[in-house]
Formats: sequence, structure tokens, C-alpha cells
Amino acid sequence: MTSSLRTLIAPLLSFFILSCAFPATVFAQDAPFDDLAGKLTTRSFSEKARLIDSLAATKDARTLGLFQSLLAGQLYYIKETGAIVAVDKTDDQFLATDILSAEMMGAVAKRSVKKIGVNNKLRKQLRSLIASYSLSNPDVDIRLEAAKALVKNPQKDFLPVLEAALVKETDKGVRTAMVIARSAILLGSEDAEQRLTAVEGLREANDKQVMTLLEQLVLENEDGSVGEPDERVRLAAQEVLAKLHTSARFYKVAEDLFFGISLGSVLLLAAIGLAITFGVMGVINMAHGEMIMLGAYTTYVVQLMMPNHIGMSLVVAVPAAFLVSGLFGVIIERSVIRFLYGRPLETLLATFGISLILQQLVRSVFSPLNRPVITPEWMSGSWEINGMLSLTYNRLYIIFFALAVLFVLIQLLKRTFFGLQMRAVTQNRAMASSMGIRTGWVDAMTFGLGSGVAGIAGVALSQLTNVGPNLGQAYIIDSFMVVVFGGVGNLLGTLVGAMSLGIVNKFAEPMLGAVLAKILILVFVILFIQRRPRGLFALKGRFVED
Amino acid sequence: MNVNEASWWRGDKGGMWLIAVIAVAIVLVPILNLAVAEDSVFHISTYTVSLLGKYLCYALLALAVDLIWGYAGILSLGHGAFFALGGYAIGMYMMRQIGDRGVYGNPELPDFMVFLNWSELPWYWYGFDSFSFALLMVLVAPAILAFVFGWLAFRSRVTGVYFSIISQALTYALLLAFFRNDMGFGGNNGLTDFKEIIGYSLQLESTKNALFVCSGLALIGGYILCRYVVSSKLGRVLVAIRDAESRTRFVGYRVEHYKLFVFVLSAMLAGVAGALYVPQVGIINPGEFSPINSIEIIIWVAVGGRGYLFGAVIGAILVNYGKTYFTGAFPEIWLFFLGGLFVVSTLFLPKGVVGLVKSRFSGDRGTEGGVNDGNDGAGLPNVSALPNVSAPPKEESS
Repeated sequence: MTSSLRTLIAPLLSFFILSCAFPATVFAQDAPFDDLAGKLTTRSFSEKARLIDSLAATKDARTLGLFQSLLAGQLYYIKETGAIVAVDKTDDQFLATDILSAEMMGAVAKRSVKKIGVNNKLRKQLRSLIASYSLSNPDVDIRLEAAKALVKNPQKDFLPVLEAALVKETDKGVRTAMVIARSAILLGSEDAEQRLTAVEGLREANDKQVMTLLEQLVLENEDGSVGEPDERVRLAAQEVLAKLHTSARFYKVAEDLFFGISLGSVLLLAAIGLAITFGVMGVINMAHGEMIMLGAYTTYVVQLMMPNHIGMSLVVAVPAAFLVSGLFGVIIERSVIRFLYGRPLETLLATFGISLILQQLVRSVFSPLNRPVITPEWMSGSWEINGMLSLTYNRLYIIFFALAVLFVLIQLLKRTFFGLQMRAVTQNRAMASSMGIRTGWVDAMTFGLGSGVAGIAGVALSQLTNVGPNLGQAYIIDSFMVVVFGGVGNLLGTLVGAMSLGIVNKFAEPMLGAVLAKILILVFVILFIQRRPRGLFALKGRFVED
Repeated sequence: MNVNEASWWRGDKGGMWLIAVIAVAIVLVPILNLAVAEDSVFHISTYTVSLLGKYLCYALLALAVDLIWGYAGILSLGHGAFFALGGYAIGMYMMRQIGDRGVYGNPELPDFMVFLNWSELPWYWYGFDSFSFALLMVLVAPAILAFVFGWLAFRSRVTGVYFSIISQALTYALLLAFFRNDMGFGGNNGLTDFKEIIGYSLQLESTKNALFVCSGLALIGGYILCRYVVSSKLGRVLVAIRDAESRTRFVGYRVEHYKLFVFVLSAMLAGVAGALYVPQVGIINPGEFSPINSIEIIIWVAVGGRGYLFGAVIGAILVNYGKTYFTGAFPEIWLFFLGGLFVVSTLFLPKGVVGLVKSRFSGDRGTEGGVNDGNDGAGLPNVSALPNVSAPPKEESS
């Protein structure tokens, strides 16, 4: 059902977006457009070709949609009225949309409509017109997309259109894309000189499509002939290809690094709360994963409460998740953990019990199934640096978010009075108490802080993984590994631990596969703890030894 | 502390009772199952026999955990791994026994290998045609893992919660590894569809009763072995390590050797429990490695009472009976109950059911065992409660 709905919505949506992107130029010219469109019902292809040219000349906003439907063979007319409609065939139904009024007409009987046929000549004409429309579109993104589409499908027909657009183009990025597209088209030229210049022109093109094109030139066919007959061109192509391969490797490393840092920042977010409860307080909190889970569910609930402001929902969810998880943390500390200080093994067991209770609680309240959390528009999509490297926005934001959370926490611990009290209690409880610090209150607040940060991590994780009752369990062991690896009681150690584990994991993955890489990391950490039982950045001094 | 040959079991009244009860059970249960008519009130169904057999395996596993946790203070959150390894060893034997009766009818390869288009048996499957080799592996495989892991951990003095966490990571890594098809252990589905064990069909009632009796005997044997170990001089050293590891080291004992010995022994007991468990349930899959399974074992011991040995057995049977009941009657409640059990037993029952009963009925003599947490002043005199060694509670783990 959903998939059929999607197939229905997608074309309509793209139609809508395209028509909106078009300049709503002159609606006074409605009449000629309507007239000309109405005449498309003719059987003569040469008549249609003339009509298409005239339609293009009207510069009406609806032209692009009309051409696209015509090209895709989705343009029909209703036999009785002669109205031109775009038809979407879904589930054996004909869903018609009036081209002129953009009005949805719903399902129509198959017999009542007739397709407006096109031949190859018309298709060619339409493609070039659509390309020129897109290439001269005022929206930079659409122009860029059009130029990229040309690299994918370099056809000589577009060359004049492209040259014309290139002259007018002012945006630098689009210009580069257009030059690459022109070179890609020229690769298919009859003239060897032109092909040579084209190959040279692709030198700076960091694009996977271009590499495929060049590979076709140097590739040896089965009968011994080579894709490119001219040797000079072939050599140049080989040289450029070698250069592109080098940069492809570079960008692959950059991409792995990005994914590694991204995974590292997820680990950092998950572990940083634990670094406070475990590292600073010495409390083994096995329910830490469930605090993350509560944060993720808070995001879900916030989105339910403000369905019309999904874009803002995350901004609201961050403090909400902090409060919810923090509150749960304070309750857990006051009701269970404070009776177990100094007995780490018992704390571990009791908090594990709490984690089971919280999981079942979530299962009972929200059902055991995963809950859908929507990614707001400003977080979806990706930042395309070039044809070889693109970074998704959600991961990019989470990297910055994790660093920001870390920074705020460090400042809180170092610069505030609460942080001072916290460190005092950590270092010498009895002395701190004698100085008038309410140690019980500090304990509760510290635990609440650690749990609240875990809740914030849950908001971020809800954008990357499924939100379900097992969300927390997936991260608890990783979080402990990070804290133990980085060194207990040291937030910067947590940063280094998370980043190195994340990056090593992502670099090992292509070689070993995801599961084996994870196992390797676990084994590595287990062995590492043998060498340095107190982690990378161990605290030094008397109170380290028990 | 000269331990007399005959005195090691003296004073272990609870243990005597336990052995007596199990001995009666392994005689009575098969009779009630096989000899009593089905419509009689005294008849025990074959399902119940297998269920009881399962409980006994769990009890043996709990005993293994109590040996290291209750007496040496090693909290392993990865003991399920040794249990599962033992189970896999016997599972591999039973897979080989299927022969050409599998779905694909391949006499050389188990079904899942045929399915994965493997052409020959991996080297680590050699020898599992033989029952005695499989039995050896039930002991050796967990022992090797425990030895390597324990040697690495204890040598570099990884103790307390650090040990717990890396042992959990160990079983988690094994879980992930066994999920992979390439490992050659049946991947996700594990090993199943067993037909027979040393020639006896697993479907037969008599085989199921025999497995139950074996589990009972193994539990009795395991109990006696553990009791012997903890009453020996070595056992005293273990208790000393549990209560004050540094001091024991300074006195001159090689702490890591003692710990390693008892850890390997415990892993082997867990392996035996797994090997008896798998034929009774008919399947072994990577799920047995999951960290939650290992942690459940800990709660059996904690509920029963840590450091009494028979407490672990009682706890395992009690909690598992509760699990059977709750997952059947109120599946929603089970996790609430289990979670609550963790919290309640650590907060209010630090010595478990056995400790509670003891302090109720026999006054608080507390000399027979049980773990002292140093917080309640009962039980064994606690070394860390002496002057100079006592540390502010939180520094221990910071």
C-alpha cells in the first residue's frame, strides 16, 4: 500500500516542484499555450514537432511538465472533451492530472483516454528542449542537476543548448559542471582533435561518471580493437584516468575518514554520559543504554505533539530528552544507586535490572515495534563536494553536535561551581562533606546530568537508527569499550577513544566486513586493556589504585 | 588450616540436603514418568522431565558461577560463552551423527554446509564423529578460552568491574562471530535437527530420562567437586583473594594463578552444563552467547545466595521455575519481574534466599560461608574492615 502510494506521489511531487521552480512568468499568454497544447491531439508527427517548438516559445510555466509527460509517454487526452492530461498508471488504474489546470482528476476509464504518441525524432527534440529549459533555469540547483544529468547521458544533440547556457552561466560550480558535460559530449565527436581537447578538459573532473566514460575509451574490446582509435587521445585518456584514479583513492580515504568520524561522534555521544556516571562517579550504570533509548522515544513523542513543526521538533526534543532522561536518572540514583555506593558489582546488577524494567516499560507503552522518527528537511540530503565525495547532512550535524555537547560538558565540569563540587566529591568524599558540600545532592545531580546527556544522545541517534526497545542495548557495550579504552574519569580520553574506535572500525570494514571489523575492535580493546588496564589517558596519583 | 581428608564436607548441611533431594529426584522422576500410568496423578510428563533436566543444567551453570563469584570474587558476565561452547561441542557431534538423514541427504556434510555450497568439512569439524572426542572438547574448548582470556586478564590485574565488562565484551564478540555463516557453525540457525546421541534416538522417552539422570549426576558430581575445592587450602586462599586481593598478594600468594585455576575449572563446569543442556532442548544457536543470558546466570546466584554453592543451585531452579511460569502465564510481566528481582536482591537480599533463611532460623553464626560485603558487619571477619586498609567507599572504583 505504501509503495503504491509512493509511486503515485513521487511523479506528482516532482511535477509540482518543477512547475514551482519554473518562473511563473507571463500568465497573460495562457491562451496561446492552451490553444497549442490542445492541438497536440493531432496525428501528424511533423505537426506535433511544430507545436512543440511553438509551445517552447511561449515560455509558459507548464511547458516543462507537459514535455516531460510527453517524453515519458504519459500524456493522454480525453476523447470526449479533448482535454490534455498526464496519466499515471498505478495498480492498473489510470490516474489523470489535467495539464492546463494542474487539477487532479482521479482515476479515469482506460477506454476514455487516448495516448499522444511520440516518435524518436520528437523525443530528441523534447530532450533537448527540456535540457535547455533546465540549463537556463534561474534556480542554481536545477541548472547543476541538468549539467550533471548531461554527464551521465552525454548526447550530441545537447551540445548547442549547452554552449548557449555556458555563455550565460555566472555560477562557478555550475560552470565547472557544464564544462565537464561539454567535454563528455565532445568525447563522442568524430574529430580526433576535439576528442583530445575533451579528454584534457576532463582532467579536473572528479566524477565517477567521467571515469566510466574514459574507461570506455581505453578499454580493449574482445576483437582486439580499442574503444578509442586515435592513439594520442588514448594515451591522454590513460593519463587523465590515472590521475582521476589517484584522486578517487584520495576521496575514498576522505570518505572513510568522514564515516569513521561520524561513527566516532555517535560513539562519543553514546559514551559521554557514561563517562560522567562511570568515569567521574564510579557507578557502573548498565541502564545507560536505556537512558539513550528514553531520549530517542522522547523525540518520537515530541514529533507526535507537534506534527506541523517537524523542522523545530529536534530543537525542542534536545532539552525535553535531557529532562526526561535526567529525571529518570535522578529517580534511579535516589531510589537504588545511593544505597550501593562502594559496591560496584551490586550496582552493576541493580542497574541491569533497571534496564530490563525500562525496556519492558517502553514495550508496554509504545509496543515492541520500532517507532518512526521523522528526519526534518534541514537534516536530510547531502553536501556534494564533487562527483566523488558527498557528505550527508545528518551525519555532518551529528559530528558538530557531539563536539558541542562535549565542549559544554567540559566547561560545566571545569568552570562552574557545580562542576567544582562534583570534582571535589569525586576526589575526596569525606573531605568534601566536611567542607559543607551536600554530597548526596551532588551525587544525584551528577547522575542526572550523565543520564540527561545520554538522553540527548538518544535524540541524535533517533536520526540514524531505528527507535525501538533494543536501541540502548546496541550501544551499551560499545559505550563501555569507549570509556574504558579512553581512560576512566577523563572526558578528553572519551573523545579520543570514541574517534579512534570509530575510524579504525570504518577503515577495517571494507577489508573484513562489518561484523568481523566489530569483533576485531572488541578483541583489540580486550587486549588493550591487558596492556593498559586504566585506559589511554589514565588518571595518575594515589587514588587510582584500590 | 590443615584440611582433614574427611572434614571437607562436614558442616555443609545444606549441601547434604541438596544432594539427597537430587538423588531422590533422579530415581523418582524416571519411575514416575516411565512406570506410572499416564492418567495417574503421580505421573510426570516427558515434557516435565526435560524441563527438570534443563533446570539441573542451569543449576550446574550457576554452581560454576558461584565458584568464581562467591569464592574468588570474579564477576564474569560472559559465562554463557563457556556454556554455549560446551553445547556447540556436543551439538557438532550430534550433527555428525545425522549422517545422510539430513534434508539434502549428504553423508559427508551437515545440511547448512550443503546449503552454503561448501565442498568439504572444515578442519575443526574433524574428530567430532567420535563421542569421546566430543566429550573431550566439551571440557577442552571452554578451558582453552578461559585459560587464554583469564591469563591475559588476571596477569595484568584486570579486576572488579573492568573484568566484568571485558568478559561481557568477550561473549558479545563470540555472539557476533557465531552469527556469521563463514564460521562454519551454522550461523544464525545454529545446530539443530539432531537425531540421536551414542545410538539412542533423542525422541525416545528413555533417552530423555537418561539425560535427566545424567544432568542430576553431573550436578551432584559438580557440587562435590566445588565443595572440595572451596574447603581445601586453595579455597581459603580464594576467599582471601576475594576479600583483600592486594593483601593476599603481599603475603606472598600468586593471586593470578589461583584465580586462573578456579576460572578454568568453572568454565569447564559450565561447558559440561551446556553439553547436557543441548541434547535436552534439541538446538544450540548463537543466541546462547548473548550478554543477557550470561547476566541472568548472575541473578540466579544472587537470588539463591552467593558463596554457599547450594544457594546457587536453589536460585537457579527458583528463578527458572519463575521464568517458566511467568513467560507462560503473563509474558508481559516477566521482564518487570526479572528486573525487579535484580534490584530487590541487591538492595534487600545481599545474601540471597539462603542467607535470609539462615539468619532467620539459626541465629547469625555466619561461619559456614556466604559473602561479606563489608557493609553489614555479619559473616566472616572482613579483612578490609581492619584499620589502615579501609578505603573510602568510592575510591575503589574511580
